[in-house]
Amino acid sequence: MVLDYIWLIPLFPLLGAAIQLFVGRRLSKNAVSAVSVGLPGIALLWALGCVGEFLNLPADVHVFTKVLYSWLPAGAFRLSNGALGNLNVPVGFQLDPLSTVMLLVVTGIGFLIHVYSIGYMAHEGGYYRFFGYMNLFMFSMLVLVLANNYLMMFVGWEGVGLCSYLLIGFFFQRKSASDAGKKAFVVNRIGDAGFLLGVMLMAVTFGSVEFQQVTEQARSGRFPVGSTVIVAICILLFVGATGKSAQIPLYTWLPDAMEGPTPVSALIHAATMVTAGVYMVARSNALFILAPTAMALVAGIGAATAIWAASIGLVQNDIKRVLAYSTISQLGYMFLACGVGAFGAGVFHLMTHAFFKALLFLGAGSVIHAMSGEQDMRKMGALWGRIPVTAKTMLVATLAISGAPLFSGFFSKDEILWQAFSSPYGSLLLWFVGFATAGLTAFYMFRLFFMTFAGKSRVPHELEHHIHESPKVMTVPLICLAIGALAAGYVGWPKILGGSNHFEHFLEPVFENPSARAAFEHTWQSEFGLMVLSVAIATIGFLIAYFWYLRRPEVPERVAAKAGPLYNLVLHKYYIDELYDALFVNRVKNLGNAFAAFDLGVIDGGVNGAGWLTRMFGEVSRYWDTWVIDGLVNVTAFVVKVLSYPVRVIQTGLVQNYAWMITLGVLIFMVYYFVHF
Amino acid sequence: MIPTSYYILLGSGLFTIGVIGVLTRRNVLVILMSIELILNAVNINLVALSQYFHSVDGQVFAIFVITDAAAEAAVGLGLIIALFRNKETVNADEIDLLKW
Repeated sequence: MVLDYIWLIPLFPLLGAAIQLFVGRRLSKNAVSAVSVGLPGIALLWALGCVGEFLNLPADVHVFTKVLYSWLPAGAFRLSNGALGNLNVPVGFQLDPLSTVMLLVVTGIGFLIHVYSIGYMAHEGGYYRFFGYMNLFMFSMLVLVLANNYLMMFVGWEGVGLCSYLLIGFFFQRKSASDAGKKAFVVNRIGDAGFLLGVMLMAVTFGSVEFQQVTEQARSGRFPVGSTVIVAICILLFVGATGKSAQIPLYTWLPDAMEGPTPVSALIHAATMVTAGVYMVARSNALFILAPTAMALVAGIGAATAIWAASIGLVQNDIKRVLAYSTISQLGYMFLACGVGAFGAGVFHLMTHAFFKALLFLGAGSVIHAMSGEQDMRKMGALWGRIPVTAKTMLVATLAISGAPLFSGFFSKDEILWQAFSSPYGSLLLWFVGFATAGLTAFYMFRLFFMTFAGKSRVPHELEHHIHESPKVMTVPLICLAIGALAAGYVGWPKILGGSNHFEHFLEPVFENPSARAAFEHTWQSEFGLMVLSVAIATIGFLIAYFWYLRRPEVPERVAAKAGPLYNLVLHKYYIDELYDALFVNRVKNLGNAFAAFDLGVIDGGVNGAGWLTRMFGEVSRYWDTWVIDGLVNVTAFVVKVLSYPVRVIQTGLVQNYAWMITLGVLIFMVYYFVHF
Repeated sequence: MIPTSYYILLGSGLFTIGVIGVLTRRNVLVILMSIELILNAVNINLVALSQYFHSVDGQVFAIFVITDAAAEAAVGLGLIIALFRNKETVNADEIDLLKW
């Protein structure tokens, strides 16, 4: 069974990454392309095979688990309630409806973006390095979505953060790019601290970090609704999600992340990595249902982020920046959905968003490619006829994100707004914020579309000649994604319009959520009414954009001038980055400098001082040896010499003197002899 | 008879002159002659005492001494000739190679 080898899926791109990063430098561009796009392609096929087999399993089987081996057999320890627990973290892979959706999104859209990158990165340096990092990212993301426990998911979580850093800072010679990479990684890390604390708390509360076991225990009734420890766990996990999925307050890295190549923005910052937070919250739905406070927090922050980011996106002039803020805003929608208990709707929007946002980014990349690197929309215009495939697919994506009826975004966004209104966790306020954001979304997306493709051409003369449609390797993925952006919504065709909402049914086993079912019992009239309202506000947004950017292009400038300081405030992203710099970043930097000065002055000073002291001792030793020891030896020799001077005079060398000495001796003996006898 | 003591006195007198000659004279040939004087002084003593003790031993020994003196004179002269070939001098004062 292919399903038994599900663990191979992440390994295919890992092999690609290993090849690129070890020998990729010596391979030809074609070889690099073949390996790095072929292997994710194989992963996609394998994933399709696994999903096919999974769907053919008996109807009551909702989860497939494959454990490879025990990674951390941590052993026995005391749980927080005193019971004895045994923590064993395996390397395990889980396939259930939720991870199926994620798996197909990641492998499918990932593969298309890899194909696109062959064309986009063809003229850039470091080709093999790019694909190596992209493959490494695919590996990490697949580990994340296929993991069967929180710690293995965290391994993937960190891996995608690392690859995000590497890919954002891909053009590392540019300071702004490497700074952006650092910012992304550091802000992510702050979220990760929360995530890890949540997992630790989970371990001592449940005695396990595996999804199945935690969900079972949470649904068993062991914990009352609103129990503090569960609320704490959920809030900590959500902190991790805010970092990874760019919600308030940790969203500041995502606009800067646009420094990376456009396929990176499409893959990582639109379709996959940023959705990891949503996936994680959806995965933990059993815990969140037990913590209404945390749900309220999630919904509140989701809604607030949605409208906050949309407002910033209204006035940005860089095409990728608009899309970045759009991503943050749409992620806000997904968290809003999860926060009101509509986990299925959130995941549905995740899927449709992946299609149209990836398409938007790749299309933007195609536009930038045609404009020889220019990203400022004020210098674009009237590109519809020049780059037709790009323009048409972008139109599909814009309609989808604005929630135009029959496009995928319409179904998913409407589902969310309906749940925000009708769910017991939802409220009118939450619905209204989402509703207003939908209007803003339609406006700024069509603003983008009209500024880029319609109206009069504001393209500078020297770029005019180079405008050309992108090669097939870039346009075919655009077309595939456009089909997805159109069709992906149909799996979620809502009940009231006659469909059976296959998607939510498919996900039902994962989200045993009574309140979601309760929501369906509201009247179909209210749901239909809301649907009409959201289409209306989207149309209003579209019309305003049409008037301001197509019919009377001078109006936006006048409005901006009148709004004056407010316009500046929004253009500068409410000065949040500057605020964070003053509050946190500069303080940490100063602390770092202080530590560095301490290290240099005190620690190094001490070491140098010890060295100097040793040298001094050496000098003293030398003097002692030279003057005292050698002195003694010399003095001894001197004394001997002095004493010997008188004695050596006897050696005259004259034989007669020696004979006289002999005679003298004899005489002395004779005298002595005669005196004594 | 001449008293034996006169012979012994003569012998010691000659001996003393010989010793003083060895110790004081500069010319090595004269030192050699002085050594001969010493040997002959000893001979006189030997012969006188042989007469006193009425024994012929003393006279036989005196013959030995004369033979010995002759050989020694030959060797000594050989020494002086070798010395002269090297140092061009027969002055004892000038042979002080072993001086400190």
